[in-house]
Amino acid sequence: MATKVVMEALSPTMEEGRIASWLKHEGDTIEAGDILAEVETDKAIMELQARGHGVLRKILLAEGGTTEVGSLVAVIAAEDEDIADLLAGTAGGTGTAESSEPPAAPTREPPAAAAPPPVAGGATARVKASPLARRLAAERGVDLAAVTGSGPGGRIVKRDLEGPGMPAAATPQPLVSPIGSYEDVVPSQLRKTIARRLVQSLGPIPHFFLTTEVDMERAAEARASLNALGDAKISFNDIIVKVTAAALQQHRECNAWWQDDVIRYFNEVHISMAVAIEDGLITPVVRNAHAKSLREIAVETRALAERARERKLTPEEYTGGTFSISNLGMFGIDEFTAVINPPEAGILAIGAIAEKAVIQDGAVTARRRMRVTMSCDHRVIDGATGARFMQTLTRMLENPLAIVW
Amino acid sequence: MTATASSPALDASRAEFYRNLYRQMLLIRRFEEKAGEAYAQGQIGGFCHLYIGQEAVAVGSIAALRDDDYLFTSYREHAHALARGTTPRAVMAELFGKETGCSKGMGGSMHLFDAERGFLGGHAIVGSHIPIAAGAGFAVKARGTDQVAVCYFGEAAVNIGAFHETLNMAALWQLPTIFICENNRYGMGTALERSAAVYDVAQRACSYDMASERVDGMDVLAVYETMRRAVELARSDHLPTLIEARTYRYMGHSMADPIHGHYRTKEELEEQKARDPIDQLRVRLVDAKLMSDADVDAVEASVQEEIEGALQFAEESPDPDPAVLDQYVYQS
Amino acid sequence: MPTITYRDALNQALREEMQRDPEVFLMGEEVGVYQGAYKVSRGLLEEFGEQRVVDTPIAELGFAGIGVGAAMVGMRPVIEFMTWNFALLAIDQVVNSAAKMHFMSGGQRSVPIVFRGPGGAALQLAAQHSQAFESWYAHIPGLKVVAPATPYDAKGLLKSAIRDDNPVVFLEGEMLYNMKGEVPDEEFTVPLGLAEVKRPGRDVTLICHSKTVTVAQRAADQLADGHGIDAEVVDLRTIRPLDLETIVASVRKTNRCVIVEEGWPFCGVGAQVIDDIQREAFDHLDAPILRVTQADIPMPYNKRLEKAAKPSPERVVDAVRRVTYLDT
Repeated sequence: MATKVVMEALSPTMEEGRIASWLKHEGDTIEAGDILAEVETDKAIMELQARGHGVLRKILLAEGGTTEVGSLVAVIAAEDEDIADLLAGTAGGTGTAESSEPPAAPTREPPAAAAPPPVAGGATARVKASPLARRLAAERGVDLAAVTGSGPGGRIVKRDLEGPGMPAAATPQPLVSPIGSYEDVVPSQLRKTIARRLVQSLGPIPHFFLTTEVDMERAAEARASLNALGDAKISFNDIIVKVTAAALQQHRECNAWWQDDVIRYFNEVHISMAVAIEDGLITPVVRNAHAKSLREIAVETRALAERARERKLTPEEYTGGTFSISNLGMFGIDEFTAVINPPEAGILAIGAIAEKAVIQDGAVTARRRMRVTMSCDHRVIDGATGARFMQTLTRMLENPLAIVW
Repeated sequence: MTATASSPALDASRAEFYRNLYRQMLLIRRFEEKAGEAYAQGQIGGFCHLYIGQEAVAVGSIAALRDDDYLFTSYREHAHALARGTTPRAVMAELFGKETGCSKGMGGSMHLFDAERGFLGGHAIVGSHIPIAAGAGFAVKARGTDQVAVCYFGEAAVNIGAFHETLNMAALWQLPTIFICENNRYGMGTALERSAAVYDVAQRACSYDMASERVDGMDVLAVYETMRRAVELARSDHLPTLIEARTYRYMGHSMADPIHGHYRTKEELEEQKARDPIDQLRVRLVDAKLMSDADVDAVEASVQEEIEGALQFAEESPDPDPAVLDQYVYQS
Repeated sequence: MPTITYRDALNQALREEMQRDPEVFLMGEEVGVYQGAYKVSRGLLEEFGEQRVVDTPIAELGFAGIGVGAAMVGMRPVIEFMTWNFALLAIDQVVNSAAKMHFMSGGQRSVPIVFRGPGGAALQLAAQHSQAFESWYAHIPGLKVVAPATPYDAKGLLKSAIRDDNPVVFLEGEMLYNMKGEVPDEEFTVPLGLAEVKRPGRDVTLICHSKTVTVAQRAADQLADGHGIDAEVVDLRTIRPLDLETIVASVRKTNRCVIVEEGWPFCGVGAQVIDDIQREAFDHLDAPILRVTQADIPMPYNKRLEKAAKPSPERVVDAVRRVTYLDT
């Protein structure tokens, strides 16, 4: 039986080896254990031993040639044995015996010139401030450019933001943060009172719940026709993520965080998606879900869910959502209520899609239906506000074309 | 001068014992050959030091031990684990870094552990395990029990401070510890006569007034008898012994090193192979009619089968779960 | 509550643990007949005999390794180094053996051993005898590193260290042996891995351990009296594992931090603590964190030079004035 002679790993760090010299030649009779060649590794000159016996029929890598560990460098076989199959498709390393032509030098794209980093605030000089001072200024809506720093080199420090003339709380002002633009609105006295009283009566987050039943026939049809295109599989959940984001764009009052001093209304929609993992739950975030296509959402949610189950999510991937969706439909749960994921103000609990008898045009007919329950933080969302959002959501799910409308 | 122990005569009533020694040595030989192949194919990583040629030392000495004794070895220790009874599957799986390995894939070739069998490690800093073994001997004495602690190291380790500090304390405090120097002539590529002022390792025991013996490390029965005497001394009188077993390794220092390189000649290697410990025992047993040719073939076949099984087990075993990455840093 | 010295607190811990567990033994140079180079082991030989209070030759590497081996078969050795300067001869056993065994064996054998002895500078002992090695050992996964500052902590932490199933490097303060403090008669331990706020304060956090706790406390007194600054003193007690929770809670409260340690600055304990703080409390910092360490030189013999090289309350006060922007 023929024996393949391969470049062996002769040191723990060796990735390729160079044939320093062949001690046996084509046609020589070989016993197992014979030294065939000397190989130069990254560490030393080593001996390549024969692991079979026969005749050295073919040398594939000439002296001086280099190849990767595991590549075929010679074949030992019986005198008359057919070794064509073994030789077929072998690509030697540099310096293949058959061809002494040097391989073309690998061409490499020149690295793209790195773009200069964008300068924050245009040409204005950087404001020096301690991290604490920056945070306080942001919280209180103070423009640091207007503050004189008393620290070394004019560094603005905490004490520069204290004392007369400095606001304790923020004035509304759109800010840019890593999670997009938003607007902080100081709650009115009435709203603060409502917030306080609701917390006292119901716990840290005063929840209330809105349930509706959605006809999913058209969503199912839309899904079937999209999936027929074949290149990315769209789930109902993907449709729900997309539609929820679209509906939230029309109902910014539900796309918000309770921040004690302010309610932060987001212009972008980042959907936190509850994913069950082995011993708990994590909420990877589909960022800018309103701006993504269904297909992008499908691909991204699958990747995020997988990384979540492998516990590979980075904190950036599971924080910073503006609204949550929890779907227990796959467990056959008809309807449930979900607990709000603070500081977000709302979460949708999605039940299973099931065929139900409904009356349509006066006749009983079977339709695929789904029950959706929204949990709302009453400090942010009132009953009617939530209901209007749910109305939009239902309308869009029942007519998925509305996404592009 | 320390006398070199000579080979004892065969005792027909112990044929089963001899055959067992023969099988163990052959198992180690075939295991190491297979490990060498797997290393060449990239299935085993890191440093891998083979024991081929030295089999009689591990097998002969471990045969004289009791199950509750303690063993500490250097990093050329696949054989000691196998001779101690760790299965070829568990050792091969460890070389492959698999979770079924005897150290759960955390140690590799140089750090085999099998605590259940008192096998307390392959240690990879030359000489570092010599005081550790004496520590186990210290514990035996402190607790008033009668185990022995055995320490295997190469002749290159006898020039390191830890060896001398330990022999002094072991002799001073009479710790039941047996120090076995496997003198295979070369510390990596440096010959003993090029690194030691005193060539005769056993003689070093004189400095500490410790019992010592020199034995032909290619003769498994001689090693066994020598070890038996040392064990007796340790068990009954808590006294340490330094044994120098003169042996020879056929392979390079590690798989990453040349077989003879510049430091020894092919002729020397061939000369030593003529004293092969496995061949020697086979010839003696066959000549004495304690083993037939058919027995020899049967042993070879059963060893081959066991090694193939070990290889397959190692290949098919899973890698450790990445979740165990920091599991063994601290005992909680 | 009785008031005893740090030395006697350690002695009590050893005695009580040796009485409690026959597997505990003490080994080292001069621990027996001589009664301990610093008298920490006074009276133990008489009570426990030479099998459990073992005088060794001067062979740090050898007896440290013997300790590791005894621990691997289940005993609980306490290895005394006459000082940590000499332990450098044994560091192979601490780092390559003790710290690795549980890991390399896939959890089959742990090494329940305590390496202990005095560290840091005393008075005019010059370069080779005036070194603080906390950061060396704290660098090593598999080791726990403890450095108590008071008699109470010395006793409670040593008892915990002896009972711990992992190798513990226990650094005592050579200058602390005569320090007196209240230590209750009744049984108690101090868990490893917990820092302690030794003095609460509002304006700045002083992080310290071992001898520098006294330095920080004196500085805090001066700051309160003459500078109107209310300093919080956090004693790390255990360097590894580090009690990040207590450190971060303090810095989040005070917004400023100065770290006081006896070691050299480069890759020192404080460097690690700062790394943790900048990550966990970045937005709470009002000033860069400053460190007061031993000068970055071997210790000189001359008394005035030695004093200048050591952390002092005055240097701590200066650093605090800078982080509070009273001085720039």
